[in-house]
Amino acid sequence: MVAKGIGAAVPRKEDRRFLTGRGRYTDDIHLPGEVHAVFVRSPHAHARILRIDKGPALAVPGVLAVLTGEDVAADGLGHLVCGWLVKSKDGSPMRMGKHPLLAQGKVRYVGDRVACVVAETLAAARDGAEALVVEYEELPAVTSLAEAEKAPVAVHEEAPDNVVYDWELGDRAAVEEAFAKAHRVVAVDLVNNRLVPNAMEPRAAIGVWDPGTDGYTLYLTSQNPHVHRLVISAFVGIAPEHKLRVVAPDVGGGFGSKIFVYGEECVVLWASRKVGGRPVRWREERSEAFLADAHGRDHLTHAELALDAEGHFLALRVSTRANLGAYMSTFSSCIPTYLYATLLAGQYRTPAIYAEVKALYTNTTPVDAYRGAGRPEASFLVETLVEEAARVLGIDRAEIRRRNFIPKDAFPYQTPVALVYDTGDYATSLERALALADYAGFPARRAEAERRGRLRGIGISCYIEACGIAPSAVVGSLGAGVGLWESAEVRFTHTGKVQVLTGTHTHGQGHETTFSQLVAEALGVPFEDVEVIHGDTAGTPVGMGTYGSRSLAVGGEAILRACRKLIDKGRKIAAHLLEASEADIEFVDGAFRVKGTDRQKTIQEVAFTALVPHRYPPDLEPGFEASAYFDPPNFTFPAGTYVCEVEVDPDTGRVSIEKFVAVDDFGRVINPLVVEGQVHGGLVQGIGQALLEQAVYDPSGQLLTGSFMDYAMPRADDVPAFVVEFAPGTAAAANSMGVKGCGEAGAIGAPAAVINALTDAIGVRVEMPATPEKVWRALHGRRLAQAAE
Amino acid sequence: MYAFDYRRPSSLAEAAALLRQDPEAKLLAGGHTLIPTLKQRLARPSVLLDIGHLAELRGLREENGGLAIGAAVRHGEVAASDLVRRTIPALAALASHIGDPAVRNRGTMGGSIANADPAADWPAAVVGCGAILRTDRREIAADDFFRGLFETALEEGEILREVWFPRPERAAYAKFPNPASRYAIVGVFVAKFADRVRVAVTGAAPAVFRATEMEEALTRDFRPEAIAGIRVPEDGLNSDLHASAEYRSHLVTVMARRAVEQARAS
Repeated sequence: MVAKGIGAAVPRKEDRRFLTGRGRYTDDIHLPGEVHAVFVRSPHAHARILRIDKGPALAVPGVLAVLTGEDVAADGLGHLVCGWLVKSKDGSPMRMGKHPLLAQGKVRYVGDRVACVVAETLAAARDGAEALVVEYEELPAVTSLAEAEKAPVAVHEEAPDNVVYDWELGDRAAVEEAFAKAHRVVAVDLVNNRLVPNAMEPRAAIGVWDPGTDGYTLYLTSQNPHVHRLVISAFVGIAPEHKLRVVAPDVGGGFGSKIFVYGEECVVLWASRKVGGRPVRWREERSEAFLADAHGRDHLTHAELALDAEGHFLALRVSTRANLGAYMSTFSSCIPTYLYATLLAGQYRTPAIYAEVKALYTNTTPVDAYRGAGRPEASFLVETLVEEAARVLGIDRAEIRRRNFIPKDAFPYQTPVALVYDTGDYATSLERALALADYAGFPARRAEAERRGRLRGIGISCYIEACGIAPSAVVGSLGAGVGLWESAEVRFTHTGKVQVLTGTHTHGQGHETTFSQLVAEALGVPFEDVEVIHGDTAGTPVGMGTYGSRSLAVGGEAILRACRKLIDKGRKIAAHLLEASEADIEFVDGAFRVKGTDRQKTIQEVAFTALVPHRYPPDLEPGFEASAYFDPPNFTFPAGTYVCEVEVDPDTGRVSIEKFVAVDDFGRVINPLVVEGQVHGGLVQGIGQALLEQAVYDPSGQLLTGSFMDYAMPRADDVPAFVVEFAPGTAAAANSMGVKGCGEAGAIGAPAAVINALTDAIGVRVEMPATPEKVWRALHGRRLAQAAE
Repeated sequence: MYAFDYRRPSSLAEAAALLRQDPEAKLLAGGHTLIPTLKQRLARPSVLLDIGHLAELRGLREENGGLAIGAAVRHGEVAASDLVRRTIPALAALASHIGDPAVRNRGTMGGSIANADPAADWPAAVVGCGAILRTDRREIAADDFFRGLFETALEEGEILREVWFPRPERAAYAKFPNPASRYAIVGVFVAKFADRVRVAVTGAAPAVFRATEMEEALTRDFRPEAIAGIRVPEDGLNSDLHASAEYRSHLVTVMARRAVEQARAS
């Protein structure tokens, strides 16, 4: 057992630099001769570009180049792609409109990239951007998801009715049959509100073309630098993959928004060549981030649950419309399908489920993965419906869940929507959460609140998610354009220090700490002797990056496997040094020991011998490093119960969260401090979705919530002190550590807990975000109705 | 930002002279509205005249039983001032809820008043107390100062110097903040003087206004119940994605009631 190994609450080693202002982000990097890029963006939601006159922009002192869609086409560059092919019910492939780096002929949302101005200074680039003459012919726009299909406007000619695909999952006939026999059917119509990701660090990039080597380097804010390298070389075609180095240094948060390959970063790279190899730097403004970073969620759903007289779920029928915005972003197609409908079983043994999802284009910012990506939408739907069913049938809301849980002994469990849950123990999490929340004592608290003129409510949410996205064969069969394994390399230096190279990327998750603990435990070396290296395609092994709570479950396992290879090699070396048989060597606490003796060599001594092989097994290669790839056999399935208690001020409609309990089964927890932090962040974002956040467009397509003046981000005083506990836990089967992933759980489970509590408080369900005016109107309407009775 | 010159006049007279010379000049105090506007290239002043340090604008003293507060006194200074807390605690409380600590440590009372943002807090206190606004040229009564959306009685080149607040017997400010910006969706300042009560409402309309019906009712009977049934008409109130005119009208009554409750408890 090492100090700071698995299970230890080690403070994050990366926090020293972050908290002292020593982080090194893309915008902190300065290169000799660098110049500045500014993008000219469309002020219209939908318009034809009639003419671009570069003259006035080029006349601005200091402007070096003005690049437009025509220039992109003239250089033969390709378009941005969506890497997951989804097919409609009729087998036809999704209808994907072209997604150019810079607009070609048309603009399709406010903020669409029209031109890039490169200049000696940022001020000159801005002046140039302002001077550029662009003439538009405005076209009618469709910005409402509800109207997208019927609108007399086609965002792309490839999809005349704006339908990208009309997809289905599950057994429709079985569902119809179950509904026909149901004792009761409960239905809800739900809005899953559109969110702006708002990572603390806006997107940034520096593109460099080296005329000497004809090589390219792109520094950027990325969650997956190797994916950027792949797409930019294979599809956009700026540079062949071996001549392109992508570096993602410290990155200040992503939440999904930095997975995607956007036009700006590509243009900046290409622009460096257009200005003779001078580095071209760009960093978006916060207001650009609102317009140009992919948004999240944005669903309209009708869902029905069939029940028998005892409240057992018989079948679930779901019909969802999902807004994809004006273009298909990198992974947008799979979010409202394979990351959404596959989770509709929730924690329950609903025997028949059918879901259909229509994805639609609108003249709005593209929509793609945002913390949870599809799973928050599924969890919100299931958990809202379950509480609605409990109310309708007059069954306690905890009890209806107990009756329908997949029992502990039923795993592995095949759901009716494609997934096989490996392990789980939902009842234990529920009971623990209810105990921590003092569910039994709630009526007394409600009565006490009533005496103070406040309405108090309690809500439960039993979420599940599929994490550790991988099984390459599975995702491949579902349309993924890439494999989703991870890789790692573990190296010893002469002096016994360890470098861990990973293809994942940390941008807030604390990988440097967690992975160090993992390696310290596996190799028996001091935590402080481990350095985790990531984020540079020139220096790290190929990886698919960090999203979907996959880095530990997939990337961590690859690291562990590399460690095991080292131990295997070390055993051979130690056997040679100790003049013992390899079979007699055991590896304990960082040393290779002849079983039953005190004769041993530490792993550092063995590593030194491998690097200075003066006395070495003749048939063994020198060096002490190993690499491994890991492609897991299944997803992992973190699950848990959240209980939220709210109070409503009936005079104003203001909702305050009085208590929030989270009990999560993340399997084995490597660093409880890091995991608790991840849960806190997720909960805050989930509460933000429930009560505060919403991207709102006006009918002409202008984003009304285009700054923090109008887009309500949760603040510290919007949330309570959380009660977070980890369930005893069921080990995940898909990796040897038994870990599941924790980055998204809070954002997935929290919205339903909050809204269910609010519904309990005021007796009527309010759509997210439940703003004070909406709540006040709901109460007001109810009171008027009561008065009329 | 467009390029501009920066000057740091050493007296109010010098600032006024520079302002007269150049119609494109702008005054800079805390900069919490001006600087973001400049960054977005929404303004193009020729020169910024930095007056935030001028001693003539930085005073905070008791005067005639009330308080004279210099225009360049920062929100945070008002919030932390023992003198303010002792004489008109409602002003300290109001200032303590403006923005966040960074805003309060830079933003100035006078800047906020001269800018006349419809959702700013200070105008409610100025009108609610019936303050006197002193400029480099004259004195203006609070009721004559705020003219409309971002519009005041200040003339071209006129500089707000200080504000004199009479001391009410009791006063309180109740604010319902915008969840995003934390500006007031509705803020109501209630001040009870010996002979009358004043009620000023910010956030609800294009400019701060007095709820006269409430004033009369409260002058007769300074209890929340006295105004529970009084609604300001929706007509002319602001309506946006955070709050409709109807909701704002309702909130004015709720916040006024709460301000009275607080004032009575003070």
